[in-house]
Parts: sequence; C-alpha cells; structure tokens
Amino acid sequence: MLQFVNTLLTGLGQGAVYAAFALALVLIWRSTRVVNFAQGAMAAFTTYLALLVVESTGSWWVGLLVALASGLVLGAGVERVVVRRVGPHNELGAVIVTLGLFVALQALASILFGAQFRSFPAPAGLEGFSRGGVTIALTPSMLITVGAVAVVLLGLVALFRFTDVGLRMRASAFDGEVARLLGVPVGRMLTLGWALAALVGSLAGVLIAGGSLVWPAYMDTVIVNGFVAAVLGGLDSPGGAVVGGLAMGVILALVTGYVGSDLVPLAALAVLVAVLLVRPQGLFARTAARRV
Amino acid sequence: MSAPATTAALRVTGLTAGYGPVTALDGVDVTAGPGRITAVLGANGAGKTTLLRTVSGLVPARSGSVHAGDVDLTGAAPERIARAGIAHVPEGRGVITELTVEENLRLGALLGKARGRTDTAIDDVYAMFPPLAERRRRDAHTLSGGERQMLVIGRALACGPDVLLLDEPSLGLAPRVVAQIFELLRERVEGSRLAVLLVEQNARSALSVADIGVVLNLGRVVASAPAAELAADDALRHAYLGF
Ligand SMILES: Nc1ncnc2c1ncn2[C@@H]1O[C@H](COP(=O)(O)OP(=O)(O)OP(=O)(O)O)[C@@H](O)[C@H]1O
Ligand SMILES: [Mg+2]
Repeated sequence: MLQFVNTLLTGLGQGAVYAAFALALVLIWRSTRVVNFAQGAMAAFTTYLALLVVESTGSWWVGLLVALASGLVLGAGVERVVVRRVGPHNELGAVIVTLGLFVALQALASILFGAQFRSFPAPAGLEGFSRGGVTIALTPSMLITVGAVAVVLLGLVALFRFTDVGLRMRASAFDGEVARLLGVPVGRMLTLGWALAALVGSLAGVLIAGGSLVWPAYMDTVIVNGFVAAVLGGLDSPGGAVVGGLAMGVILALVTGYVGSDLVPLAALAVLVAVLLVRPQGLFARTAARRV
Repeated sequence: MSAPATTAALRVTGLTAGYGPVTALDGVDVTAGPGRITAVLGANGAGKTTLLRTVSGLVPARSGSVHAGDVDLTGAAPERIARAGIAHVPEGRGVITELTVEENLRLGALLGKARGRTDTAIDDVYAMFPPLAERRRRDAHTLSGGERQMLVIGRALACGPDVLLLDEPSLGLAPRVVAQIFELLRERVEGSRLAVLLVEQNARSALSVADIGVVLNLGRVVASAPAAELAADDALRHAYLGF
C-alpha cells in the first residue's frame, strides 16, 4: 500500500513537469497549428542560463526567474525571427523549421556550455517526509515543483479568462482573420503566445533539472512524454494538457515501480498508439465545437 | 486629389483587385454616406465579397483607392482599417464559436473603447438584440443562425464604427428573421452617422431596406441609383437582380 502511494506521489510530481511541457506545446499548437519540436532544446538552453546564474548567485530562485525571463525572450525571438519568416498557412514548413532549430540549439548548447553532465541543484530537500518510521515519497522539492506548475497554470488561466489581452490572444488563435477585422494585432498576439509557451517550457526545463543532471540532450525524454501527454489531452486543450501530463507521470511511475524502468519508453509509445487508435482527438478536444 | 464630397464616410475609387489571373473587381467606384444604407447587389461571382474584403484590407488592391472620411486607407493592414472605423462582418458570419456570446461582444467593445466610443457598447447591443442578453454566458456555437447574425452585427456595432460592411446577412436565414434584422438595422442607422454597405444576393429585401443601390456585374458597376428607382427598373431587375 505504501509503495503504491509512493509510486503515485512520484508520478504526480513528475507528471506536473510533463504537464507544464505539454502545456507549452498546446499553447503554440492552438495558435499556430505547429508542433514546436524545438521546445525542449529551447528549455535546455534557458536551463543552462539558469545553471550559470545559480552557480554564481547560489540562489535557485534567481536561476528560475532568469530561466523564465530568458524563455519569454527566446520564445518571442523564435516566433519573430524564424517562424514568421516561413509565412502563414505553411504549417509543414514551420514544423521543419522548428526541427532544424531543435538540432541547431542543441549543438549550440554543447558548444557554449559543454557536452558533459553537470549537476543542477534542487530547489529544496530531496528527502521524503517521514513520520513514525514511515517515509513517503513526497519531498520539499516536489512540493515546490508542483506548486510552481500550479502557480504558472493559474496565472495563465487568469490571463486568458479575465484579461483583455488574454481575450485577444484567444481570438487570434481561434480565428485570426476575424480577430484582425476587430482590430486585434494578431501578429503581436502570436509573438506573445510563443513567448508565454517558451516561458512554461523553461519552467519545465528547470524543474526537471532540479536535483539531477543536465546535458545538451537532457530534455529529450521530457519532449517525448510531454508530447504524448499533449496528444492524450487533445493538443487543443490547456486543461487537457495538464490532465494528460499528470496521467503520463502516474502511468510511467507505475510502469517503473511494478514492471521495470526499462519499459518506460515503450509504455509512452503504447499510450500514444492507444490514444491515436481509440480517441485520436484526445480526451478533451473541442473539435466538435469548431466544426459546427 | 482635392477633397470632393465630404459627406462620404467611405469612398472607393477605381478599385481593382483579384486572385492570380482572375480579375474580380475592375475599376469600381462606390461611396457610402452617413445615416444611409447602401446596398451592393449582383449575381454569384459579381465581386461583392471581393469588394468588401478589399475595402477592409484582406485582399490587396491592385489599383484604386479606399478612403474613410479624409483618411487614405489604401493598402493598410486589416487591423489598422478596423481601428480607423470600418467594421466588416464577413460572409459566413465570423462568429468565434469557442468564445462566449459576451466575449465576442467584448472584442468589439475593446476596439470601440480604444476609438473613444461608449463604455456601454455591450449593453447597447443587448438592448438592440434582447435574445443575445439571455445567452450572454453561452458558448457562441450554441446559437441559432439568426442569433449568430445578431451577434456579429452587434459585435461590429460595438466597435463604434463609422462604416459597417455587411456581407450577405440574409444567407440561410428565414425571411421573417431577415426582415426583423433589417428593420433593427434601419432603426440603428436612421438619424445616426453610421454608413452601411450592405452586400446582398437577396436584392428584393436589400432594396426594401436600403437608400441607395449599386449593381455589380463581373467586377464592374453597371448601375447606381436610389433603391426605389432600381427596384422599379424592370429591365435591370431581370438582367442582374433575379426578381
Ligand atoms: N479565393 C479566391 N481565389 C480565386 N478566385 C476567387 C476567390 N474568391 C473569389 N474568387 C473569384 O472572384 C470572383 C468574385 O467573387 P466574389 O466572391 O467576390 O463574388 P460574390 O459577388 O461575393 O459572389 P457570391 O454572391 O457567390 O458570394 C469570382 O469569379 C470568384 O470565382
Ligand atoms: Mg460573396
């Protein structure tokens, strides 16, 4: 029983990171119909910047802030300088460009930061809380991870639901032409969307790195699991991305705990295939609404 | 060019536009005056939609010009043209179905406020179209065709426009609903400074609500006259208006 609870807890903690990463993918997919394959490499890049700051200031939190801020700038820059060049209605071109960017950023990271493993400090303790000889797999670091994801998530919900700029961003994502006819600067909204997505991706990058190792390709498994989570949630639905992320975390933790960690990549693939076979529109898609 | 008739809220001069090898508009002159409804009529493919899309910047003009009052908007981006006071309700309506009724209206009102128009724009729309008020919290995809038409017209009016471009508002609606919407539009325009350019294939009902009619055929203006005069011209009606 304790093992089961601990497996669940570990899964949820990991799932929070997948959720953030999936959310970053969904934000871009929703507004531009592009799967941003460079998301992981961008996050690795901002995590390296954070690592430099953590090493020089000694503060994990300042490092996090730097990662988020540089994520915003990097996301906006990628949209303005690279993605926009490809032109609208050229989703395939944009996807290829993000793949190219993925390769380029990863190479650049090895050149700038070195290809070796480097350890990234944890935000807080990595020991589980214990009471009366029983230790549960809930650590202070995990609480910070889950808390940070929750704060960013609620912030995004508030932005989209309750602010004018959030409304304009949603309008631009759903129907760019109509938004422009209503005076919305759609181009600027897309830039902002990429910036916010990269911020969320950067958050995932720092959180997954905390208490662990980073190297130029350390985000690769997060990319796969985050992508499966996004598909599970329906690619179009931010809420779905979060549920999908948590579900992926739990599923993979269960596989690790009860089957064997060797099978985790296979399990991720199995989930992807199962979703595409049974419910390709994902668990939370609103395509029905769109097609009316 | 010296300023001619200052009364025109919208002045389109010698407008030519098209798609690749197709010339859809060929030197079109149209004006829309404040407090008036100007109907643009013509058969399928006459170029009516292209005219509106070129005015609002969605289709680039090949030559000619578009002025709102004294402001030259030729070649401007759609969002700039919208901010200059031209509201375009596109063919097929343009409801953003994922947003609620009120969010759709708020998008219009945000632009209206930026243009220094009333704070009460949304309430004004609800007063004009009470069915929308009852459904304000619903997702817009739950609305009927008539309600959607009310929503997009209301949203455009909430922008506080000087010029309203309507593309086939009657499409797919029951005649009774069309009559009702046209009547509300008439009331809204009467005595106001709003200029309406109403594109319709349904020439009979358009002419019944319009002050002036312009007939397009193959991208050219073939007639332009007071609505009653056009409606009384049997030869023209049979040739171009299908009634
Ligand atoms: N996107 C497009 N690409 C190529 N040709 C187009 C396009 N849109 C319209 N056309 C052509 O331009 C001409 C004018 O079309 P337009 O849609 O302006 O006509 P319309 O008067 O609005 O017709 P309808 O009453 O059917 O809406 C037609 O010959 C049409 O085939
Ligand atoms: Mg048309």
